[in-house]
Amino acid sequence: MKTFGYTIQNDRQIDFDAADKKLYRYVAEKEPDINLCIFCGTCTATCSAAEFKNMSFRKISLFLRRGLTENLKREIESCMFCGKCTLVCPRGINTRNIIFNIRKGIEEYEF
Amino acid sequence: MSFDWFVLPFSIGALILIVVLISRYILWVIKLSRADRRKSWRSVFSFKLFQAVWEVFNESLLHRKIFRVNALLGWMHMTFALGWFLLIVIGSVESKFHKEKVFNMPYDPIFLRYFEHDVHGFWFAEGFTTIMDTILLLLLVATIMAVSKRFFKWIYGMKRTTKLHPGDQIALASLWLIFPMRFIAESFTAGIYGNGGYLTQTAGDIFATFLPLKSLELGAWWTYSSALCLFFLFLPFSRYMHIPTEVFLIYLRKAGVKTPDNKLTGFSEFETYSCSRCGLCIDQCQLSETTGYDDQAVYFLQKLRRNILQEESSHNCLLCGKCTNICPVGIDITKIRLLKRTEFAPEMLFNYRHYENVIHHDERKVDVAYFGGCMTHLTPKIKIAMTGIFRKLNIRYNFVDENGSICCGRPLKLAGNHMQARDLMQENKRIIIATGAKILVTSCPICYNIFKNEYKFDKIQVLHHSEYLNLLHKEGALKLTPNEEKMVYHDPCELGRMMNIYEPPREILEKSGKLIPVQKEKNFADCCGGSLANLPLSEDNRRKVSKEALTKLLAPSPDILVTACPLCKKTFSNVSDTPVKDIAEVVYERMIE
Amino acid sequence: MDTNKTVAVIGGGIAGMEAATFLSARGITVYLIEKEDKLGGHLLDWERLFPTMRNGSEVVKFLMDGVKADNIKIMLSSKLTAAEKSGKGYNLRINENVDLFADAVLVTTGYDLFDATKKEEYGYGIYDNVITSADLEKIFMSGKALQTKQGNVPKKIGLVHCVGSRDEKAGNVYCSKVCCVTGVKQAIEIKQKMPYTEVFNFYMDLRMYGMHFEALYKKAQADFGIQFIRGRLSEASEDQNGGIILKVEDTLMGKPLKLTVDILVLLIGLIPAKGSKEVGELFGLKNGVNGFYKTTDQHTLTNSSNVDGVFFAGACTSPKTITNTITDARAAASTVAAYLFNYRSLERKIEQNEDFWLYNTK
Ligand code: SF4
Ligand code: SF4
Ligand code: SF4
Ligand code: SF4
Ligand code: SF4
Repeated sequence: MKTFGYTIQNDRQIDFDAADKKLYRYVAEKEPDINLCIFCGTCTATCSAAEFKNMSFRKISLFLRRGLTENLKREIESCMFCGKCTLVCPRGINTRNIIFNIRKGIEEYEF
Repeated sequence: MSFDWFVLPFSIGALILIVVLISRYILWVIKLSRADRRKSWRSVFSFKLFQAVWEVFNESLLHRKIFRVNALLGWMHMTFALGWFLLIVIGSVESKFHKEKVFNMPYDPIFLRYFEHDVHGFWFAEGFTTIMDTILLLLLVATIMAVSKRFFKWIYGMKRTTKLHPGDQIALASLWLIFPMRFIAESFTAGIYGNGGYLTQTAGDIFATFLPLKSLELGAWWTYSSALCLFFLFLPFSRYMHIPTEVFLIYLRKAGVKTPDNKLTGFSEFETYSCSRCGLCIDQCQLSETTGYDDQAVYFLQKLRRNILQEESSHNCLLCGKCTNICPVGIDITKIRLLKRTEFAPEMLFNYRHYENVIHHDERKVDVAYFGGCMTHLTPKIKIAMTGIFRKLNIRYNFVDENGSICCGRPLKLAGNHMQARDLMQENKRIIIATGAKILVTSCPICYNIFKNEYKFDKIQVLHHSEYLNLLHKEGALKLTPNEEKMVYHDPCELGRMMNIYEPPREILEKSGKLIPVQKEKNFADCCGGSLANLPLSEDNRRKVSKEALTKLLAPSPDILVTACPLCKKTFSNVSDTPVKDIAEVVYERMIE
Repeated sequence: MDTNKTVAVIGGGIAGMEAATFLSARGITVYLIEKEDKLGGHLLDWERLFPTMRNGSEVVKFLMDGVKADNIKIMLSSKLTAAEKSGKGYNLRINENVDLFADAVLVTTGYDLFDATKKEEYGYGIYDNVITSADLEKIFMSGKALQTKQGNVPKKIGLVHCVGSRDEKAGNVYCSKVCCVTGVKQAIEIKQKMPYTEVFNFYMDLRMYGMHFEALYKKAQADFGIQFIRGRLSEASEDQNGGIILKVEDTLMGKPLKLTVDILVLLIGLIPAKGSKEVGELFGLKNGVNGFYKTTDQHTLTNSSNVDGVFFAGACTSPKTITNTITDARAAASTVAAYLFNYRSLERKIEQNEDFWLYNTK
């Protein structure tokens, strides 16, 4: 794509009006726990993958709600499913099931 | 040749049944791996065949295993199976005596009394008729038991019996009809021709006093034949499919056929169809009590057979293995469930490359590689105990994942991502081998399971820390001062039922203090509820499972609850007021320097 | 104005003391039963109070002045061991050997502090330099300098909010209400004593709801340079020098953050008291979902219990600040008086208003 010297700053704002909520709805139906997150970051702090790579379940939880699927895809790749995040979450969120269903949802909708 | 039209339903039913069975079995054998197929052909000409026959006798006819668990139920299954078997075998012999020729029609023994009115001599008058009547009597009793089990399950010590679908219901109803109808038909004939034994003759004589037997006789035989026909037609679509299938399953098992670690084959079809739906697995399942869950082994297998398995059923299970443990048929339900999950697992968005570049491990050459496991980082007392023991005993060790590392891969496998797990495993294996250690000790039974079963290390011995500490103690390197604290031990599912490690933790605990037994232990131990294998289980329900398991463990009022898994420890700690410790902590506290 | 009525107040913390004072003023004889050998409860272990940094001892003194009345019988080292309904009142047994009669009972058993060893990953009881907010107060009270176990002046101190509160895993899903502002107060006190020490507060939400609390927070930023980092601690470990390595996500930056502190302070929450459980069993008192006593109504009948003639005051029904507790104690005294003298105000009824629907549990 020609940019004619300009770059379009997609990330400057979250366009909630245009956000695609399909994936969010899919996941929320499979695992309603997604709605319980208070974004405390304990999951990210403990994450086995975050030790080495960009991986934040808290961000995933946000990206999903905001419909930022591309960011979501990048973030989710390195989760090893170890379950530490589930063990520490103060809200008792079933984090692994959410990750599982995001992967499935993306596959299903071919985002 | 004896013939009447009423033999047709039976004969047609039997023929169809045989065709259906043979075609199914052939299909499943084709689905076996080539090596497995070879194994199964070869074993026909070996001693294994005899072993199989012996086991078929023990299990399919005597139902020894059900007997052991529930005698009343065992008796019922045994009389049905053995009784019917003998009825056919002795019936055939009898019919051969009558006809005095070796070959006769397959229905001859079944309907013999209708065609053969002449009972002369000791053999027929006292011998066969008495034997056959006795068997029939036992079968009638078994039928009464079966009917009563449906309505008064508490007599059999069962909280729940299996639920039925229409195919089962028809087969069940026809089965309940078969023996009473045989009894009525034979009695009617005996009432007219006097060819019955002590049971049928007596009954026939009584019937003769108030019933027009001559006009009813044929109808009774028609009903008997039709009940048989109905049963045969519905057998392949009902639980009774297990009767013929289990025979083949036993044989295949003897021949050494197994489900491989990574995919399901025709063998699991044999297993799936061998479920007798005895229902023993239902009361084992902790999930059902707490969450009203009803995808216990028996229903899972049923869904598989009917091809209506959904993601939910395959995932909403702790894979605790309690159902597999109790199953009298020996079906490895947990493995089937685990492998079925691959069908529902996502395949995109996994990327475990680059991990190799970021993990720096200690290059010192050591004797022992210690792998704490992800969870152990949340139970630091275990790490401290283990590294403390290494240090005090001057063992050259390397804490492989001291600053975090790659996950062992089992959690991924438990979710059905077998291929992705392999990527992780390869990398992890490389890191562990690089330590140069001869022994790999891990604190996490989940890691232990996969390290030992699937990493296939050539030169490294894999030990769970409970085994390792016990070994050190036996060798005399580790000395302990026991104290008076009362302890109970919880067997982690992955260490116990999955890996059969029951004794080492107990041995070393007995040397460290007072270990008191609990009601459900070893292979009957409960799951702590923390299982990584259950994806959809909610936190609330997990806590319920944990609390129930905890209450049972604390029944003997111990001072501490000991376990050998960081996940069990964490899970129980969340709900327990009694201190929960790992076996490593107990040993570390009590070791003599 | 002496009446012939007697009330037993069970628990000699601040709620019990203030309620006793106001009951005695109505001419009611009060037995103030305390299991420890001193009145004052947890307040005795707290040096200064938020938001004004008043000395806790001044409040204790004020309360003590109240209970000096003649018709308050203070019973120390006394434990209620049996209770039996007798007519409209209760026969109570103390320490297996003293029996007394009370026309009404006011339960003021307060709270316990969350046992921080339950959060093993935070290292309390494992690493020497991990302490709780209560431990920190004791150090303040002792007048000794705050030092690491190795005897060094701490250069960095971390305070972790919500330890054992708002945590499904710990089994306490409610907010303990006082720890946020305690955390800010303690951070300031550390800074006042050691201006060169860096102080970090790790929080999920800062709940500065009370009068002057926000001002205290602002002071902490403006005058003391305390750093507030939004992120909840996942786990702590120890380095070779006894430092505590924290794993937290800086959620506002969106990056994991690693920080080594010399001392880690856990702001532990308030949990239902063990004593409440024992007393509750004697009278058959109902507990709410969170294990604190259940008041008859959430909005109006806040001092009444499910048992006739038994009332509540203070933190035994929910976490409360000192201000709230003292107010509640006076309200309870007036409720008990209304009961004893048949005031019309107690005849009012209100529709049942359940809280269970807020929780998944039954
Ligand atoms: S730990 Fe739980 S509540 Fe906190 S950010 Fe992660 S998922 Fe959300
Ligand atoms: S399960 Fe995934 S997101 Fe959670 S801690 Fe493990 S690697 Fe991180
Ligand atoms: S799975 Fe095993 S235990 Fe369960 S019903 Fe079938 S045969 Fe019985
Ligand atoms: S593995 Fe455990 S949870 Fe799963 S069905 Fe069997 S008994 Fe139930
Ligand atoms: S007051 Fe603050 S620290 Fe205490 S529980 Fe509530 S939010 Fe957490």
